[in-house]
Formats: sequence, structure tokens, C-alpha cells
Amino acid sequence: MSALQRLFNFNGGVKPAYNKEASIGLPIAVPPTPTLLVIPLHQSIGGMPRPLVKAGERVLKGQRIGGADGNVSSAVHASTSGTVVAVEMRLMPHTSGLTALCVVIEPDGRDEWIPRQPFDFRSATPTQSRDYLRDAGVVGLGGAVFPTYLKLNPGKHGRLDTLVLNGAECEPFITCDDMLMRERAETVLKGAVIMREMLGAGQVLVGIEDNKPEAIAAMEVAAQAANAAAGDAAIKIVAVPTRYPAGGAKQLIRVLTGIEVPHGKRSTDYGVQCFNVGTAYAVYEAITLGQPLISRIVTIAGNVGRARNYEVLFGTPMRDLVALCDPLPDSDRVIMGGPMMGLRMPNDSVPVVKAANCILVGSRKLFPPPPPEMPCIRCGECAKVCPSDLQPFEMYWFSRARIFGKTQEYHLFDCIECGCCAYVCPSHIPLVDYYRFAKSEIWAHESEKEAADVARQRYEFRLLREEREKQEKAAKLAAKTAAGRERAAAALADADKPAVTPEQDAKKALIAAALELARTQKAQVQPENISNLTPEQQAEIDAIEARRAEIREMAKPHVRQND
Amino acid sequence: MLAAILVMALGAIVLGAALGYAAVRFRVEGDPLVEKIDAILPQTQCGQCGFPGCKPYAQAIAKGEAEINQCPPGGDEGIHKLADLLGREFKPLSAEHGVEKPKSVAVIDEQVCIGCTLCIQACPVDAIIGAAKQMHTIVARQCTGCELCLPPCPVNCISMQPIGESVENWKWKYPVFKIAPARREAA
Repeated sequence: MSALQRLFNFNGGVKPAYNKEASIGLPIAVPPTPTLLVIPLHQSIGGMPRPLVKAGERVLKGQRIGGADGNVSSAVHASTSGTVVAVEMRLMPHTSGLTALCVVIEPDGRDEWIPRQPFDFRSATPTQSRDYLRDAGVVGLGGAVFPTYLKLNPGKHGRLDTLVLNGAECEPFITCDDMLMRERAETVLKGAVIMREMLGAGQVLVGIEDNKPEAIAAMEVAAQAANAAAGDAAIKIVAVPTRYPAGGAKQLIRVLTGIEVPHGKRSTDYGVQCFNVGTAYAVYEAITLGQPLISRIVTIAGNVGRARNYEVLFGTPMRDLVALCDPLPDSDRVIMGGPMMGLRMPNDSVPVVKAANCILVGSRKLFPPPPPEMPCIRCGECAKVCPSDLQPFEMYWFSRARIFGKTQEYHLFDCIECGCCAYVCPSHIPLVDYYRFAKSEIWAHESEKEAADVARQRYEFRLLREEREKQEKAAKLAAKTAAGRERAAAALADADKPAVTPEQDAKKALIAAALELARTQKAQVQPENISNLTPEQQAEIDAIEARRAEIREMAKPHVRQND
Repeated sequence: MLAAILVMALGAIVLGAALGYAAVRFRVEGDPLVEKIDAILPQTQCGQCGFPGCKPYAQAIAKGEAEINQCPPGGDEGIHKLADLLGREFKPLSAEHGVEKPKSVAVIDEQVCIGCTLCIQACPVDAIIGAAKQMHTIVARQCTGCELCLPPCPVNCISMQPIGESVENWKWKYPVFKIAPARREAA
């Protein structure tokens, strides 16, 4: 079947030493449950999930411990049953060596599942299905951890031509997808069938690099069975030439379909969507078995005696896994991912997360420090190998000079950070580091600008509100005085006092009215403590009243003098 | 002679009318320069520049009434951008208007807050929530770090806390490494 499939090509790429043999000798194993699971809440692209559990709470395997927050976010689950020891800041599997909110679970060893029910996606609306997958925490397991529910959207046409399943696994040392396809080909394709139905895709193309003949054979058998069951030939297994980075989504789409997705467009605009084989497996588990994403297959390779793939619960410390594989004594670093795109971890205690397809143990011998960086000689080698058809040396110049606008003009954000340019650079320039630097600076600027725009809006609204409140207050006051004046004028008219002119007398009338009000109020107020008095008290009061009268008498002539 | 004068006069009238019409028809609302300057300013609305907000300061710069180095939150970077935009010479931040500080947010110690609402009235971006005799709190995401809420607080329960580095806002460092002098190795 694969011979009939016409293949295309992408530009550039490199052929590094693949080093995959070491970890494919042994089947996928399940490591012992660690004594403590540290599950970071932020494991996917997008907003950080809110914690749903508190310290001391008992959780079951598969229980949601972090709820998706915002439009782009994905839930996180307890990998096994146990007690939540803490919800606190812990070291993240991130280059920065910074901490973030994690749920720390002490497993009870019972491995007790939540009640699992299959999800009937056929009778659910597409939105319900997507919400279900969001809450099941399914994200892209190729390494980018983009929430899968957002990609399971056929777009404006309502259907797609092609669903591409990515089993290329082009990066050296990594064999987790290879082993998954060898051992669980049937399940992977069951997941692909679900995805195909959700997307309304015509055909399913599974791209596998031709250096994995066992995986291709296993997938062929499973595909024939799946096609026979469905009565069509929708699923095709395609062997693609081995060249790094054939496993990049855009590169694989180009090789399989010939479609080159332009800058700023999505592959769905051209009727194609691409998922990793591990993601298809996770979709099957979530939909058909009702099991959220709590584990993944991780390759442990590099400077170890017994490289192997393990099915690892999220939150397992990398150290535990490395210890199972007999690390060589000169090991000095742990890398998450492969040697081309992987990120060096702050230390080996960080937990396995959804993005961790490989734990690569390194040493100075295996990965010698790069020779000193030399000036760029504009040889153009990097442009020749760039699989995204960019001009890496131009982006390098502008990143280095911090002229970020220019880097964007050269489409910095189309760079997939595959590292081909740095791999061939004769001056040993760490080009990808420059692009990462430029990208994070641009993101920081953008978020700053957004914050400033919000502040400007809020400030302008506040000014508007203050002005409006001032006017409202003034209007209220004016209405009140007008009403008061009217009342006074009416009172004057009632008293039948033909005043000189109402305008002149308005003020006087106001004062008179106020005085009248005060007088009546005063008259109403009666001292409450003068009933049931003893004769002595009465005498005392009389004396005081007499003194008061005297004082009033004394005050009177004085007032008259002033008149 | 007369014909020449008439022709010139006619020309002047026609051109004058055209220019006059264009001035009315293609009138630009607002000052585009003020908008451009305002876009560079950090919108902290702190008033450290001596004007009651970023927009008034932008207007003053556009009119030439204010220097470009009066905005401490914008820092040197902001002054450079203003200098580029306006074709003026770069000047270091003027000391009388303050110093550049790391970006911070105000935090209310909710145990101490007496609910006087004075800080709510002072906040230029309405980032403080609360009511009379109710505890107040600050919406950190909207706080610009202007510090205007600090002086009115009668119980000194507001403090400024610098925004720390987190996994979300961490930035890749500039990849230029220190060059150490080569060590001579014993052959």
C-alpha cells in the first residue's frame, strides 16, 4: 500500500547519528510507584489550571486535581490514589530552575481508580466532546503539549481531507513512539478512528520514518484489520525517508500531502490536521476507557547502561527512572527531550510531565561542551538546512543586535527551534539560543504592551466616570435647591405676605422657612427627665430657669444696640 | 500688466480656496504625535512626571513643555524610544522625578485594613476592590505599581511587592558567554 503513496519533500534537514538501538531492545515496562508524586499543575500550553484539592485530602487515581482555566488550558489528574501531602511551589522541569504550583501526593499503594465510564462521543455534540477531552487532560504528546481538544476542530468547512498521524519520531535517542506503535498499534489506530470521526476526515495517513521497520510492520497489520472492520481503506501507513526533522508537524504534512502551510495559516485551512501517535492512544484511553491522561511512555537513554522505555505516571521524579537504567558514573546532566531540541533540567529531582517524551542522561563525554563561538561568516549553511525555509543567519544578526522587529520580518515565529542551523554552523554559534532569547523578549514586550493598553483604558474610563459623577452631583444639588426655593416661595404665598419681589425675598423666605423648621423641631423636643421630680429637684430647676431668664434679659438690650 | 496681475490674483484665490477646503475636509482629529508618545509611555498613571497621568505628560512633551526624561517607570528604554520618535537627544532620567524601580504590585495587608476607601479613591486604574468598612483588596493583574495608594492609607497596610520571576514570565537570557582567558595546559 505504501508504495502507491506519492511522497513529497521538505527543504533542508540534517542526518544526525540516531542512537536509537539502545532503547528498543526491551519491551515497555512499568516502573515501581514512587514514594512521592509531585504533579505540576501547569503541564500544557495555555493557562495554569486551578488546584481543585487541598492538603490532607484523599484522591483516587484519575481524579481531577487541576481544573482547566481559560480558553486554552487542560486539566491535570492524580496519577494514583493516595493522600495530598501539600499543594505548594516545587521545582519545575523547566530550564529556568524556577518553582511553580504542584500537587504533592503520597501514594497509598492501592492504585484505586475513579469510576470509569466510556464517553459516547457519537451522541454528544462536538463541544461536549471537546470539553470532555479538555477535562480528561489530553494534550499533544509529541512534546509541544498543546491541548488536543482545541485541535479536534474541523474548522470552518466542517470536515477535513486528511488526518495525519505523526509517528516519524525523528529526534535521536527517542524511541517512545516507536515502542508504542510496535506494542499497541491496534489501540493507536482505534484512537485515530475516533479522531477521524470527530474531525470528519477523509483519510488517515500515518507517517513513520523508514528506520523503524518493526513499527511500520505492526502498524500495517493493525491498519489492515481496522480497514477491514470499517470496510474501507481510509488508514494508510506511510514510510517516510529518515531525515531530521521529518517529525515536525509542518514538515510531515508537507512530506505526506505536498501541502506547504504558509506563514500565519493553519493546516486546517488546507484540510489537514496532525497529531502524534501517543496523542491518539491517549484519546482512545480517554474516550473508550474513560481514563484521563495520567501516564505516558518515556524513553530513558543516553549515558545509561540499560536504556529502556517506561510507562511512567506523571509526577514521578526523573531520578527514580534514571536509577532503574544503571546510569554511568560520569553522568552529569539530565535533559528532557532529545539532544537536538531537549531542555536541560535544573537537576534530576524534577518530575516527569506530559511533555517529557525522553529523559536523556548526559555526560561531558557524550555531549562535549561546544567549541567557542566564532563570528558568523555568512556562509549560508544554516539557510540550506532550515526545514522552515527561513534565513537563520539574518534572524541571528537581528536577535543578537536586539532589533526584534526585524527578526519578526524574517518570520522568527515560524522557527520550530529544531536546531538544524546550529548543528551545521561552522562557527559553532548557538543559534537556537538567540531565537529563544528573541522570542521571549518579544513575548514579554507584547504582554507589557497589552497591560499598558488595559491600564490606559481603565484610566480613561475612570476619568470619564469621575466627570460623570461630578455632573450628576451638580445636577442633583441644583435640583434640590430649586425644589427648596419653590417650596419657600409657595410658603410665602400661603402666608399671604405680599413681599417686595419674589426674587429678592427668595433668600429671606428660605431662611424663614429654615427658622420655622428649626422652631417646630425644637418645640417637638421635650426634655424627658422632668417628670416625677422631687420638690428639691424642682426647686433647683426653677432656680436655673430664673438665672437663664435673667441672662436673657441682660442679653436683650445688647442685641438691640446692635440693630 | 493688468492681465498678469489678474492671473496671479486668480491663481492665489483658487489655490487659497483649495487649501482652505483641504484644511477643513482633511482635518486630523486630535494630535497624532500625542497618541504616538502616549503609546510609548508605560501607562502607570503614577504622576511622577509632574503631570496628572500619562496622556497629559504626552501632550506636554508634544507641545515642548516637558522633557522626555521625566518618566521613571518607562526607564532608560522609554527615554530612548521617545528620543528616537522625537529626534531629540537622549538624556538620563532626571533625578528629581524619581528612580527606575523593578515592576511591582501593591498588596494590602488584609488583617490591618480598616476599610476606609481612601486607597480606592486614589487608584488611577480602579484596581482596588472594597467598600466602606469592608476589607479592600488589589486586583494584581490590573495594578500598574504607581504607588499612589500608599500615602493615603491611614494604617500603612499597603506595601509594594516586586513581581518575581515565574515559569510563565521567565525569559531566555542573552546567549553571549563570558570569554575566559585561555589556560595554558602543560603539554
